Formats: sequence, structure tokens, C-alpha cells
Amino acid sequence: MNALPPYATMLGLSRHGSGFRMPFSYHLIGSPGRLHGGALAGLMEIVANATVRDALDDSSAQLKPVNVTVDYLREGAIEDTYAEAFIMRMGRRVANVRVEAWQADRARVIAAARMNILIVRA
Amino acid sequence: MRRFVNKFMETVPHLQALGIGYVASGSNWAELQMPYAPQLVAYPDTGVIASGAIFSLMDSAAGFSVVVARGRMEPHATLDLRCDYLRPARPGETVIGRAECYKLTKRVAFVRGIAHDGDPEHPIAHVAGTFMFTAAEAQS
Repeated sequence: MNALPPYATMLGLSRHGSGFRMPFSYHLIGSPGRLHGGALAGLMEIVANATVRDALDDSSAQLKPVNVTVDYLREGAIEDTYAEAFIMRMGRRVANVRVEAWQADRARVIAAARMNILIVRA
Repeated sequence: MRRFVNKFMETVPHLQALGIGYVASGSNWAELQMPYAPQLVAYPDTGVIASGAIFSLMDSAAGFSVVVARGRMEPHATLDLRCDYLRPARPGETVIGRAECYKLTKRVAFVRGIAHDGDPEHPIAHVAGTFMFTAAEAQS
């Protein structure tokens, strides 16, 4: 994949296995001692987008977010966060993706998202 | 009000990082702004900002509308938030996020809102979400 865009760099993201890692940083804090829900959403959207991009056979296709629904399952502690995306369906025009985010324990998912991404082929 | 809220928002690191500030609020609604900034960009070739940044703005505006609707600063947690991205934000423009807490129950608040970049009749995004109150009793 290409270099990460400024927003992903601001979140501090890097590739981790098949997903991304967002290392804890002071500027990700929302309320005291917790990650901001928007930072988690940002991480999950980027993982979803990158996973669809990697799976696409057409590198000239443009990806556009249609919508995202985030379920917050547990508090995001001020520690490193990981996220991985699973493609539910890769269509010609749209991809439906599920994303999970977790921290120290992979089995304790802290947030889950569902996202539709429009695929605009040249 | 503006000075007080901005003072509070300056203590929230992620709002600071995104440049999010207070615009206005009423009995059950709140409006925040996010001026255009290079670190928000997701598409360097066009300068369009990340949808994730708009999500953060709307999560914050939604949470703030719950605070004003309840009339007190008590903790709550976002249960879920859905964001429909209607069109890209115009590069260079400040994004306004306006959210309304349209229903309060004992434990849950229901919120809807829009993001726009100048004309509320031509929104960038639409959101719907729910928040749960966390102060009353300790829950796992």
C-alpha cells in the first residue's frame, strides 16, 4: 500500500498483521483515562478501506465511504489499540466490511463497526 | 457560554488534535466546528478530509447535545453511532456539526444530527446514535 494519508499519520497508525495498530498517544484521549470514540472510528474506517483496497483486483478503482455504524462495546483504555477488517461481500459496486477493534486481549473486542464502501471503477 | 465550553474542550486532547471548538447550543442541541486543517486530510491529491474526522466531530457534537439536554455534566458512553457520508467535504471549508438529543429516557439518550460546510440544506453527513448514562450504578 502507498504511504498513509495525513489523518492516518495523525492517529499514529501502522500496519500490524492483516490490520492496523494505533499506539496509545496523549492526543487520542477523549474523556479522562479513555480513548475518544472518534479516534476508534477513524482507525476502523481506515482498516476497512485498506482491506478493501488490498482485496481489489483493480488498482485504479476509487473507494468512497457510504456509511459506517460503530458499536462501542467496552471503554477504550489508554493503551495500544488494534483493528482488523473482514470483507462480508466484495461486490462490483460496493463492499460490505466488518471491523473489530481490541486492546491487550484479542478476545475482548472494545468496538465493532459495519461499513459500506462504494467502488467506483474507471 | 462559548468561553466556558471552549475552556472545557481545550482539556480534551483529541478535540484539540482535530481543532474542534464550540459554536452554539440550545436546550437540547449543540453545534461544534472543525476548521479545515492539513492533518485532517485523507486524500492528498484532492485535499478532502477524512470521513473519520467528521465522525469524531459528530460523536462530540452528539455527546454534547446529550449534556445540554440533561442539563448536567454527568458521564455517558456512546452505545452506537451511525454516520451516512452524503458527499465529500469541500477542501478548505470549516465543517459544522449540529446534533440534537431528540429523546431522553432514564438510561438512554437518542441523538440525530448533520454535518455541513456552510449550507445546512446541503449536508455532508447525517448521523444517528444512542448514548447510555453510566453514573447511576456501576455496570460491568
